[in-house]
Amino acid sequence: MFSLDTILQGLLLGGLYALFAAGLSLVFGIMRLVNLAHGDLIVLGAYLILGLGTVTGLNPFAAALIAMPLMFALGWLLQTRLLNRVLGEDILPPLLVTFGLSVVIQNGLLAAFTADSRKLAAGPVESASVAVGPVHMGVMPVMTLATAVAVILALNLLFYRTALGRAFRATSDDAVTAQLMGIRPQRIFAMATGIALVVAAIAALYLGTRANFDPSIGPARLLYAFEAVIIGGLGSLWGTLAGGVVIGLAQTMGAAVNPEWQILAGHVAFVLILMVRPRGLFPRAID
Amino acid sequence: MMKTTCPAYRPLALAILAAAALAAVPLIGPRAVVQDLFGILCLLVLALNWNMLAGFAGLVSVGQQAFVGIGAYTMFAAVILFGLDPLAGVLLGGLVAMALAVPVACFVFRLNGAYFAIGTWVAAEIARLGLGQWKALGGGTGTSLPKGTTRDMLGVGPVKEWLGVSSAAASDIVLYWLALGLVLATLGVSWAFLRSRTGLGLQAIRDNAMAARSVGIDPVRLKALVFLLAAFGTGLCGGLLFIQITRITPDAAFSLLDWTAFVLFVVVIGGIGTLPGPIVGVVVFYALERLLSDYGSAYLIVLGLFGIAVMLFARRGLWGSLSGRTGLELLPLGHRAPAAAIRP
Repeated sequence: MFSLDTILQGLLLGGLYALFAAGLSLVFGIMRLVNLAHGDLIVLGAYLILGLGTVTGLNPFAAALIAMPLMFALGWLLQTRLLNRVLGEDILPPLLVTFGLSVVIQNGLLAAFTADSRKLAAGPVESASVAVGPVHMGVMPVMTLATAVAVILALNLLFYRTALGRAFRATSDDAVTAQLMGIRPQRIFAMATGIALVVAAIAALYLGTRANFDPSIGPARLLYAFEAVIIGGLGSLWGTLAGGVVIGLAQTMGAAVNPEWQILAGHVAFVLILMVRPRGLFPRAID
Repeated sequence: MMKTTCPAYRPLALAILAAAALAAVPLIGPRAVVQDLFGILCLLVLALNWNMLAGFAGLVSVGQQAFVGIGAYTMFAAVILFGLDPLAGVLLGGLVAMALAVPVACFVFRLNGAYFAIGTWVAAEIARLGLGQWKALGGGTGTSLPKGTTRDMLGVGPVKEWLGVSSAAASDIVLYWLALGLVLATLGVSWAFLRSRTGLGLQAIRDNAMAARSVGIDPVRLKALVFLLAAFGTGLCGGLLFIQITRITPDAAFSLLDWTAFVLFVVVIGGIGTLPGPIVGVVVFYALERLLSDYGSAYLIVLGLFGIAVMLFARRGLWGSLSGRTGLELLPLGHRAPAAAIRP
């Protein structure tokens, strides 16, 4: 019914969505923070890479390496100065603050860079492809999926093999008891948001090299990312990858039937999965 | 009886005066003012409805644009496909929005907290993309109301004769009065509902869900009721708005920014969980828009920062902080304690 090519493309697209979602999943899993500005922060990251590339003349991949520590610092500041003050039982304040942030970032970028769409020029690798059996795959999409897997692998190692990861899990499970063990949740949260924005910078690199971007595209990307996180289940990073792949596959299959149904098919898949499993496929933490 | 001396009647008199003054605006004000105020009143209707959801029922929806769009599309379908009067279309729009809120609720009520918010957003996107497939109403590029639709609208003829204005101005006036009526009806219904037994139950759930359940309140049933009523009000408002806009596209009808983001900011800045809050918020919103309209995107940046500042420093909003500090209450929701209870 669907060609091998369609399924492969869906899988690869899922890699991009998982990359958008990985940082979000980390933050959501640890502090239950719904960051509605995450999509706009990725777009901000893309403009940062563009700006660094233009100033220094570096290739986007190298510019992204410089952008990563900057994004970490931004995440740290954002969490300590702003988000830590509104986290609590009530989900409305963080939701509204990040929503406000989303509007501010979007319009700030619009004022600074106009609504013209931009692209990060990565050179000949953009159009390169490899033949795997009967199908051809673009090198960039394959790199995106490989990066997504690597990022999630790295985050999982961090989560389950390091002291910081133990603190992350402890705070996620029970912030009050974690405090008794000498963990300062506010610092842990700041680290988490910093790391999430480093991942956002990586996502921005692939967002910008694979397609055009402009200041307004954040929210739509955010929605796909959230769907991936929720389908995967709270606190499960591999689940997030699976969720991204589900959305990617649903979109390419929908598009194969009727090009206008691409986005719709992704959303419908999300609804169907949640009707059956309201907590996602592989929930690790409880909310 | 104690109630007859209750000072709640003074604010009521004030409200009636304000409503009468607003109703008189089209008789003296220029057409541009009427059109501007129409937009403001519609924003207020949306804000009052969202405030009921998020401020009283604890349902933080970011997908209310779904019901604006559904109301608007139903109105267009009623006019273009069935040749009905646009105002009948508006009523139909509210009903269809409420009917479609049932399947939406079946989905989103399975999710809590943050998942609920994202779920409503996805539902709105599905509605937007789905209606973009409706070729009879222009598909993704949208369509316009047929020429002369508003000229023949119910009530336009009499108003035109009475005030001696053009058809276009008369239709603006009719829409304006309807929006004002919708604001007053929403306010009145909200006030009566929140003071009723059911409404008290709703606020009890918001304040302590566990305790509320233990005295026999069913949270899901109550929240679903508010969700359906808010969909009805929002759908009506969507229909009204798009009679004046006269042109519909899926992107405009289901705009997250116009029909949900602005509404959120209005409610939060004014004071969430209070009835006068959205009114204060809409006045601030309008003032900001006027002051900063020449600076383009700066206006939205200031609005976003304002919203963030309110959440950081005055979480109860402008009205909530004011009434907390002065004890001033308009449209109070509390009941007086029974006389026996306050006697020392």
